[in-house]
Amino acid sequence: MVDHIEAGRLPSHRVVARAAMGDAGGGWADRSRRGLAGAVWWRRGVRIAALPALAALVLSACGGSSSDTGTPAASSSSAASSAASGGTVTVGLITKTDTNPFFVKMKEGAETAAKAKGAKLMTAAGKFDGDNASQVTAIENMVAAGAKGILITPSDTKAIVPAVEKARAKGVLVIALDTPTDPQSAVDALFATDNFTAGVLIGKYAKSVLGSTPAKIATLDLSPGVTVGVLRHNGFLSGFGAATVDASATSLATSPSVVCSQDTQGDQAKGQTAMENCLQKAPDINLLYTINEPAALGAYTALKAAGKEKNVLIVSVDGGCTGVQAVRDGKIAATSQQYPLKMAEQGVNAVVEYAASGTKASGYTDTGVTLITAKAAAGVDSKDLDFGLANCWG
Amino acid sequence: MTTTVVEPDTVRRANTRAVLRQVLGISTLGPLAALFLAGIFFSIKSDRFLTGTNLSLVVQQVMVVGTLAIGQTLVILTAGIDLSNGAIMALGNIMMTSLAVESGLNPYLAIALGLLACAGFGLLNGGLVTSLRLPPFIVTLGTLNIAFALTHIYSDEQTVSGLPSELTYFGKTFSIGQTDVTYGSVLMLLLFALIWYVLSQTAAGRHVYAVGDNPEAARRTGIQTRRLLLTVYAAAGLIYGIAALLLVSRTGVGDPNAGQTDNLDSITAVVLGGTSLFGGRGNVVGTLIGALIVGVIRNGLQLIGTKSIYQVLITGILVIAAVSVDQIVRRRNQ
Repeated sequence: MVDHIEAGRLPSHRVVARAAMGDAGGGWADRSRRGLAGAVWWRRGVRIAALPALAALVLSACGGSSSDTGTPAASSSSAASSAASGGTVTVGLITKTDTNPFFVKMKEGAETAAKAKGAKLMTAAGKFDGDNASQVTAIENMVAAGAKGILITPSDTKAIVPAVEKARAKGVLVIALDTPTDPQSAVDALFATDNFTAGVLIGKYAKSVLGSTPAKIATLDLSPGVTVGVLRHNGFLSGFGAATVDASATSLATSPSVVCSQDTQGDQAKGQTAMENCLQKAPDINLLYTINEPAALGAYTALKAAGKEKNVLIVSVDGGCTGVQAVRDGKIAATSQQYPLKMAEQGVNAVVEYAASGTKASGYTDTGVTLITAKAAAGVDSKDLDFGLANCWG
Repeated sequence: MTTTVVEPDTVRRANTRAVLRQVLGISTLGPLAALFLAGIFFSIKSDRFLTGTNLSLVVQQVMVVGTLAIGQTLVILTAGIDLSNGAIMALGNIMMTSLAVESGLNPYLAIALGLLACAGFGLLNGGLVTSLRLPPFIVTLGTLNIAFALTHIYSDEQTVSGLPSELTYFGKTFSIGQTDVTYGSVLMLLLFALIWYVLSQTAAGRHVYAVGDNPEAARRTGIQTRRLLLTVYAAAGLIYGIAALLLVSRTGVGDPNAGQTDNLDSITAVVLGGTSLFGGRGNVVGTLIGALIVGVIRNGLQLIGTKSIYQVLITGILVIAAVSVDQIVRRRNQ
C-alpha cells in the first residue's frame, strides 16, 4: 500500500483551463431587441432538446458495457431485485484510486471470485489518494443498490468511519482490505498483509547474508505517522536484530547501526534524492531498507551514479511485478511480496458466505507475505523468482 | 448596493424582464429534459432508483457541490470564474472542526469563525479582481493554492473526528412518509430558492446579469460595478462557508483533503445547468439541475452496476454539449 501514496499529493487537476475566454460582446440591449420570435424559440428548443437524446444514447451504451464485468446489462435490474429476495449476491469494492496497479490487481481478484461464486460485483474508487468524499458516496450508493457486503481500502482511515458505521447499521458487512480503519474495530473484519512480518522477513534475510559484517544501514521510509511505514521499518530492524521492538510500537525504532533515515512517500524520484543525500552523509552504507520497490529503484539509480551499487544490499517490500523483475535483474536482493488479489478474493468469499449463512467475518485475517529472492539465505524461508513472477501484481 | 442606482427607464426594464424570462426558459429546458431522461432510463434499468429514499440520497450527495455551485453561478454570471471554492470550503471545514474539537471553542462560535474566514476569502478574491483588475482565473488560482496550503498547515494533515453534535446538525434527518431527508438537503434547496429570488426578482440581481453581460454598459447606466462585484465574491465566499458546514455534517469529520476537485465539479454543475461561462446569462435553477444530473448519473450507474468511470465519461460529453449549445445560442443572438 505504500505505493498507493502518490508523490506530493498536490491538488494537481484543480486547474481548469478556461481557455482565453474574452467576452465576445453581444450587448445586453442588442439581445433584448431580438424579442421572442416564436420560430427562433422553437428551433432553439429542438436543438437543445437534442442534448438529452445524446445523453440517453451514451447511457444506453454504458448499460451495455457493464457486460465486461460479467453481468449482461439486461439482467442488471433483475439481478439487483433478486438480491433482495436472496438470489444473486451483490458485493461492492471501493479502492483508493482506479489507477494504481495494486488496486487494479485487487479488482481483478474480486471479479474472478465474484464470477466463480455467481455474485455480482460493483466497483468504485476515489478520484485521488485521500479522496474521502467519493468513497462515502460510493458506500451510500452501494447500500442503496442492495449490496450485501462492501470491501474497502480506506483513503482516510478516520474520515471514512461514520459512513462505514451507517452502512453496518443497515446490516451490510463491511470489510477493510489492505488498510485498517482507525479504529480498526469500525469495520467487521480486516483482510490485509501483516506488515511487521513483511519487515521481519527482509530483516532476517539481510542478517543472514551480511553475517558478521558490521552493518551500516540506511532506511528509506514512508512518511511521518503512517502505520504501514512504521510497521515495516520496525519489523525490518527487529528481524535484523538491530533493535528490540514489536508490532505495537507506533513510532520508528532507532538503532546505532542505522546511519541514515529519510521519508520518501514511496516515490521513486524521492527515493533517489533521499539516497543521494544519505550517501553524502554516510558513504559507507552497506545495507538499505526501502518501504517499497519504487523507492528501492530510485535509490538504486543514486547508488549506480555513485558507482556503489555493488556495495549495498537492498531489501524491500511489496512484490509488484516491476519489483520482482528488479530482483531478477539483481538490483534488489530480496522483497516481501504481498497479495492484493487474495485480499479481494477472500473478501468476496466472506460476503457470499454472509449472504448464505448470516455469519459475518470478523477480526484480522493475514493474507500472507512471502520473501522473494534469487539467492536463498540460510535460516530464512523464501520462494524463487518463478514463484514471485507468477504471483506478482501490476 | 441598490440604493444609489439610477433607475433604468420603463421600456428598458420591460425588455430586460422579457429577456430574463426567455433566458430562464430556454437555458433550463435542455438540462431539465436531460435530467428527466436520465431519471427515466435508470428507473427502467433498476427498480431501486425511483424510490424516495434513493432520490433523497441523490440530493444529499449533491448538497456540498450544489451549494458550492450556487456561489460559482454568481461569480460566473459576472463573467468571472472561481477556482478557489473547493479549497476555501476545505479551509472552512477544517477551521470549524478544529476550533471546536482541538481548541475547545463553543461550536457555534467555531462555525461562525469558519463562515467568516470563507467570506473573507471571497472578499479577498473580489478585492483583487476589482481593485487591481486582475483576471478572476488567476486571482482564484492564487487563492486556491493559498487556501489549500493554509488548510494543510493549520490541520497538520490530521483528520479531525469526535465532533460535537452542533456541527453535524445538518446531517440529521427527518421523515417524510417513508423517506429520510437530511436538513442539509433542505438548507441547500432553500439557498437555491433565495439566490433565485435575489437574481430574478430584485434590482441587485438584475445588475449582476447586466455587469456580466457588458460591464461598461452597466457602469454607464449607473450601476456601481466594483461594489457589485465585491459583494458577489464576498457572498460567494459566505456560501462556500455554508458548503463547508454541510460537508462537516455529511462526513462527520474535518478532512483536510476534502474538496480538491470540487472547484471543477461546481463549474461542471453550472455549465450543465446552461449558464454561460461568458457571463450575463443563466440562473441557479439550471445549476441545481446540473448538479442533480451529475448526482443522478453517478447514483444510477452504481445501481445498475456499471463502472463508476462511465459517470466521468458521460459528464464530460454533457459538458461539451452544454457549452456547444451556449455558443450556438450566443451566435444566434448576435
